[in-house]
Amino acid sequence: MMMTTLAEQLERLSNAFGPSGREREVRALLRDEIVELADRIEVDALGNLIAYKTGDGPEPRLRVMLAAHMDEVGFMITEVQKSGHLKFRPVGGLDPRMLLSKRLVIGDARVPGVIGAPPPHLQTAKQASRSVELDDLAIDIGATSDKEAAAKVKVGDYAVFATQFTVLSQDSSWSTVRGKAFDDRAGCAVLVGLLAERYPVDLVAVFTVQEEVGLRGAQVAAYRVEPDAAIALEGTICDDLPRPPEEDLTPVTRLGAGPALTLMDRRLVSHPGLLKLLRDTAEAEGITIQYKAPGLGGTDSGAIHLTRAGVPATTVAVPCRYIHSPASILNLNDLEDTVRLVAAALRQIGREHLARAG
Amino acid sequence: MDKAGIGQLLRQLVAIDGPSGIEASVASLVVDLARDAVSETRVDALGNVIALRRGAANPPGRIMLAAHMDEVGLIVTKVEDGFLHVHEVGDLDPRALLGQEVTVYPTGPGTEAYMKGLPGYIGGRPPHLTAPKDRDKAISLADLRVDLGLPRAILERGLIQVGDRVAVRGPYTELLGGRVVSKALDNRASVAAMLGTLGYLAAMHHNWDVYAVATIQEETGLRGAITSAFDIAPDVAVAIDVTHGKTSDLNSAETMAMDKGPAIGWGPNLHPGVVAALRKAGDEHEIPYVIEPLPGDSGTDAWAIQVAREGIPTGLTSIPIRYMHSATELAVLADIDRTARLLATFIGRLDDAFLASLPEEV
Repeated sequence: MMMTTLAEQLERLSNAFGPSGREREVRALLRDEIVELADRIEVDALGNLIAYKTGDGPEPRLRVMLAAHMDEVGFMITEVQKSGHLKFRPVGGLDPRMLLSKRLVIGDARVPGVIGAPPPHLQTAKQASRSVELDDLAIDIGATSDKEAAAKVKVGDYAVFATQFTVLSQDSSWSTVRGKAFDDRAGCAVLVGLLAERYPVDLVAVFTVQEEVGLRGAQVAAYRVEPDAAIALEGTICDDLPRPPEEDLTPVTRLGAGPALTLMDRRLVSHPGLLKLLRDTAEAEGITIQYKAPGLGGTDSGAIHLTRAGVPATTVAVPCRYIHSPASILNLNDLEDTVRLVAAALRQIGREHLARAG
Repeated sequence: MDKAGIGQLLRQLVAIDGPSGIEASVASLVVDLARDAVSETRVDALGNVIALRRGAANPPGRIMLAAHMDEVGLIVTKVEDGFLHVHEVGDLDPRALLGQEVTVYPTGPGTEAYMKGLPGYIGGRPPHLTAPKDRDKAISLADLRVDLGLPRAILERGLIQVGDRVAVRGPYTELLGGRVVSKALDNRASVAAMLGTLGYLAAMHHNWDVYAVATIQEETGLRGAITSAFDIAPDVAVAIDVTHGKTSDLNSAETMAMDKGPAIGWGPNLHPGVVAALRKAGDEHEIPYVIEPLPGDSGTDAWAIQVAREGIPTGLTSIPIRYMHSATELAVLADIDRTARLLATFIGRLDDAFLASLPEEV
């Protein structure tokens, strides 16, 4: 796929509003993107967007489910205060320490607001050395009373970071971009890219809901789809900043070092046959891959592999720096290689990959 | 001039970055915006913009208005493995910098391609990797790196030099109730008020000559005010700055009400006669204001101007803003316009007798 197309698609996805439980804008956008690419599209009871693409191989064909989650970490308004300030709670895993003086948009109307930061001038040394806690924070939308605020925002409204997508580097081998929600709009972009082609196997592409609050969408979608195998497509943790020497220098993944294969995370031990398929495919296609450090995070494949009587599953991810913060940075070369790797694997996958060696 | 006009001015002024020491782009814009209302403009040796609007043929006095145009920011101290170490320029809370978008202004080889600056991001470790004990620690600047997302080879060629400036990104956004949020409202809100004052004066009669000065390097020690006050040697001066607006979590004794007009400073830094004249202008023309008690150093250009040459009777008007020195400073547009109206009214009332009346007020 052309890198510019990929960047434009990711830009639309990244800028869209879609915290867990309120994925409708992302879903509508994705539906438009894939309507010409899929044979049939369904939306289930939880809001998962499910696209079917029949294979062109001989029957009986394997049914492979690919999952990318539409939701992003965000916020929910929990109280409108007398002063017009809004109290909130995170939706998904967010570190309160990175919320001081950040911009949000609230609700479907995207009311702009800021999480205020006390001026350093008025902080005692003791206050300034304290870590920021959630209860210290409130959103300011410019309202001067609860009444004025309530005209625009209500308790239960969702909010997301107001970050806009930006291109950082257009170098052909190092094309970086910055934006919010790359976890997992990067995976969504990969999945849209994969739908461009028809494979020997039956493909079921699922854009899931509520991954960030417990892999909820993937669980019910996998039950409905009953796949023979599944791969979750993710934007994963990248932790390759320079570190003091006394710290462990092994990053989780590295930016620009290719698609990251999951060996084991908190929710899944990857299926060995699928891992071998991906490794062999990468080698045959000349795609550089890396492994995500084991034991961290959990993705939709964790829910999918425990569906019904069990499903062989794994995860392939695009490394993203600073996920679960106002912005992340990813390398489009990694994203493009993830599409190439999974597409090639879908052309190769057979029953032999799904057997468990004794 | 009105609230909408002030908003237009402010939107242009905050769109340009000017951390202390590299205010030249802001200076050019101020010269452009002031031009129609003044007879001459110049930029002095340190980079202050001095615009002169003449009064009567034989002006009985000269007044200096000073609004600093620099903003707090960061300076590069080291380039390491493709990431930048930074130090504060002015007083910034490092805890608010985590997860912050920034713009880096390179000066090394190849800079020509990046005159508008390079977008960057100050990131940290994702929560998945943060040990519980680290969550209780406040972020310090030593923990932070600027990530430009560039190929390492570009940085290894020296594009970014130690000493290059970094501005915090925080675009102009309108909130409810005529409130706006942006970085650098400290102190472009006051630059807008000063330009607004010149706009009002252009439609009025005033006897005194008016020197409107957009000063440099206030955030690092009032440097521009020191030299420009010496140069102009005004009879009276008023500094225009911002002050802390009330929020529910701050001490109400240290903060000023929002949307009640400018805060007129009162204390040893401010000349009682100038304060009285500012108040009278507000009272008699129904322009709201509040009084800000300042028991010592006002922390503004007024502190430097007051002691220039033999001493200058100085006043201070401050626009209350919330979340000062962050990327999300918040102001009420009407307060900026009220500041402009108050200052224009005050200047229009300055007459032959004003200077002579000042000594009795001390």
